[in-house]
This record gives sequence, C-alpha cells and structure tokens, in this order.
Amino acid sequence: MPITKKKKKKLAIGDDEVIVLDNVCKSYETGAPALNGVSLRIKRGEFVFIIGGSGSGKSTLIKLLLRELIPTSGAINVLGYDLTRIRHGKIPQFRRKLGIVFQDFRLLPDRNVYENVAFAQRIVQRPRREIRKNVPAILSQVGLAGKYKSKIKRLSGGEQQRVAIARALINRPDILLADEPTGNLDPKNSEEIMALLEKVNEGGTTVIVVTHNGEIVNKMKKRVVALNKGVIISDEEEGEYVNAD
Amino acid sequence: MRISTFFYTLQQGVRNIFRNKLFSLASIATITSCLFLFGMFYAIVVNLQHIVKTAEEGVSVTVFYNEGTTQERIDEIGEQIAKRTEVSEIKFVSAEEAWDEFKQDYLGEEYADGFTENPLANSMHHEIYLSDVSLQNELVVYIQSIPEVRKINRSEITASTLTGVNSLIAYISVGIIAVLFAVSIFLISNTVTIGISVRKDEIEIMKYIGATDFFVRCPYVIEGILIGAIGAAIPLVIIYFIYNTAITYITGRFSVLSELLQFLPVQTIYQNLVPITFAVGIGIGFLGSFVTVRRHLRV
Repeated sequence: MPITKKKKKKLAIGDDEVIVLDNVCKSYETGAPALNGVSLRIKRGEFVFIIGGSGSGKSTLIKLLLRELIPTSGAINVLGYDLTRIRHGKIPQFRRKLGIVFQDFRLLPDRNVYENVAFAQRIVQRPRREIRKNVPAILSQVGLAGKYKSKIKRLSGGEQQRVAIARALINRPDILLADEPTGNLDPKNSEEIMALLEKVNEGGTTVIVVTHNGEIVNKMKKRVVALNKGVIISDEEEGEYVNAD
Repeated sequence: MRISTFFYTLQQGVRNIFRNKLFSLASIATITSCLFLFGMFYAIVVNLQHIVKTAEEGVSVTVFYNEGTTQERIDEIGEQIAKRTEVSEIKFVSAEEAWDEFKQDYLGEEYADGFTENPLANSMHHEIYLSDVSLQNELVVYIQSIPEVRKINRSEITASTLTGVNSLIAYISVGIIAVLFAVSIFLISNTVTIGISVRKDEIEIMKYIGATDFFVRCPYVIEGILIGAIGAAIPLVIIYFIYNTAITYITGRFSVLSELLQFLPVQTIYQNLVPITFAVGIGIGFLGSFVTVRRHLRV
C-alpha cells in the first residue's frame, strides 16, 4: 500500500486579519487542557479584551501568541507567520512585530528609562543617531519626557508601566499585546494606562489586552472575548459586553 | 553586525561585570582560587622535575676494557654504545687523561713526580651519560655482553631512587590534577548556577522583545571572557611574588643544598604557565557564560 503524506490544511486568512487561531488546543503534561478548541480571528486595528478568571487559559493564549508555547493541535497565524511551523531562528524577527507589556513590567532594573527603551531599538540594530531621536519622542508620547535618566527602581508602578509601553511601541509594532497591564496599578494609574493604550490603538495598532478587571472592560466598550476553562464562552462586539459583577 | 552594535555589545559585556558585582566577584574568586592552586602546583612539579633531571644528568656508567684491547676496537665499541637510545652522551677517557685527573684531584705534582710510569696504564674507559636513568640496567646488560669489557661501574642506588622519584611525581601530578579538576568543576558549576538565577529574567525579557540568540549571548560571553582573564591574571601576579620570595628564602636558608636544589627562574616557569593559565581562565569564563545563557535561550 503506498504511503501518502498527510498534508496540513492551509489556514484561510483574510486580508485584514492579523491573528487567526483555528481550533487550537494546548495541553500540559499534567492536568486538564489549558485551551480546548479555541478559534479566534482578530482584524488589523481592533482593540480586543480577553477576559477570564484564573485557570481560564488567558496566559496560555498569550504565550501561544508570543510563540513561547506551541499548540498541541490546531493552527495559529499571527501577522502571516505560521506559529506552529516557524523556525527558531525566525522567532526574533516575528516578535519584533509585536509590542509586549506585562503585568510585572519586565524592565531591566539596572538600567535607566532611556536605556530600557533604547534597548528595543538596539535589538533591531537601529543606528545610534536614530535611537537618540526616537527614544525621547516615544517617552514624551507616554508622558515620561522628563524622566529619561531615572533609574527604574525610583519610578512608581504607573511610570514603570509607561516605560514598558514605550519600549513596546518604539519599534512601531503591528500588534500590542498587554498581559494584565493594570494588574499592579491603582485605579487612577490603571485608567491612565488604558487611555494610553486606546490612543495607541487610534494610531492604527491592533491592541489586545488580557485582563480580569471588569470595571475597565465595561468602561472601554471594546470587543471582549471571554474564556472559561480553556474555552471561549463569549465573543462580544464593541459596546455589547456588560460585566455582570 | 553594525559597528555601533559591536561596540554596544562590548560595552554591555564590560558593564555587566559592574552590574552584578557580587556575582562577578564570586566568579573571579572561584577562577582565581582554582588557577592559583593549579599555578602553585605547576611551579612545584616543574621544579621537582628540573631537580630530578639535573640529578639524572649526573648519573653515569663507566666502562673499563681488558688489557691489550686496541684503540680501534675501543673506538668501535664506543660508537656502538653511542648509537643506543639509552645514551645521551659518551666520553672517552684515555689512561693519560685518567692519570692527569687523578694527580690533580688526589696527589699534587710533587708526589706524582715519583711515578716514572703511568700507574693507571690500564684505566682507559668510557663515561656514559644516560638519557633516562630507568634504562640503566638494559644498557649495562648490553655492555656486559661485549667480550672486551673488563669492568662496569654504575650507580644503582641513585638510578633506582631517581626512577622512583620520577614515578612518584607522575602519580602525585595525576592525583592532584584530578582533585583540582573536580574541585574546579564543583565551584564553577555552583557559580554558574548563581549566574543562571541572576540572568534568567534578563534573558527572558530580551527574548520577548525580539533579541536574537547571538545578541543576547554576546555581552554575557564577553563578560565571561573578561572575568576569566581577570581570574587568570590575579593568581599569576600572586604566584610571581610568592615564588620569588620562596626561592630566595629556601636558597638562603638551605645553602648547603644549593648544589641539589637548582630552582628554575620564574621567567622559565611563566613561559608555559602564563598561556596555560589564561587559556584555562578564559576557557572557563567562555564556557560558563555560554552554558548559563543557553539554558534560557529557548524562550
């Protein structure tokens, strides 16, 4: 009997779609699947909240989108990169098209504000002249123009998150992924950060925010994808979602 | 790679040393102590080998010939012996030369004048110096098989003692190197483990932002090489002073043994010790940082 190689079905991606997940499952060695049959399509320029309680699969989804994890089954395409097949050497190139903001900021603590932001430009080998021009510009955009020399440890939580956003934006990413960006911030700072993200989105960048902060989600009136036990339980269009809490 | 990126990487490598002062100090101290022990041991072993070699060079076998053996035959035998691998040098001493030497060493001219004939007429001989004292027996067995040979003088105790000392040095060297190696591996792996916890977050952040493995690795490898080089330079400086002080002390204190204790000058020892120490130090630094970073690159 001749052996026929099973060909993987090519994922259909619309022209304006930047993220496509098709029936994605992710299981860890122990326990129930973290994601189970997740299908999701996000268009260029959208602002999407991904919400869910702990253990809902939010973090796994972010890790899959960053290509930190590979799905057990299903297909993921982000900005034209097939993340199930991408070579290790191509991952940096892919990640440079994303901007990433974490709950714990993930800044380099022993460098100052300028160095933290400039670092992202050095990685993509921008000339020094350009870095000197771009960093102050982006810092003033996030409201930190006067603090470029400050040590990270001396900044407030809100300021640190602004540095992280500046770092994420400086290479003009197509998508900004924010994992619980207000998780460590007080309500005032949270609002300011969300306003900043909204402004970024208005500039044309696709913004995806993972959060469990229902109040912010309600106020922003954006598209909301809700996860529970690894399954999408609702996907509400802009303004349709109302938090029951 | 852009020139500015190259200099940035270099600069970050140097800055990393100061950013994690404690880790850098721990790494330098570890490499310094390992290489200090190695250097001291190397200096001792090389000197012992030198002392033994000097002693070996003095060990000789003297071969006397039967009366009536012609000079041609003696020369022929001398040539045959000289061809053997055990022999480093062979010297013929005629009866006249033997008598002159004896007169000079033991009699003095006034007493020697009483002799009208050479009392050592039958004492022409070959003095044979060995390339390796442990092979003395083999050479003696060969010489004994030559019919014209009347008598062989040899220094059996010295030869066997030197052979024993040589073997002892070899065994101790292997033993100590093994122990040093094990200790170094243990200390360095511990230091690397500390390094991993210090670096983990930093490397992850760089990878998330889109840094290539090369870009992440370079400053750490430069840092590792610099730490290795510093860790090699410090023990070399310390050993230099200790060695010179020790030699001055020993030769001054035990001047009676100055014939036996012939120490090598520090410059001779450093001809090999400097490149070896730097190669090992830089190698440890390079490998340590390379391994530490590699563990976190798969983010």
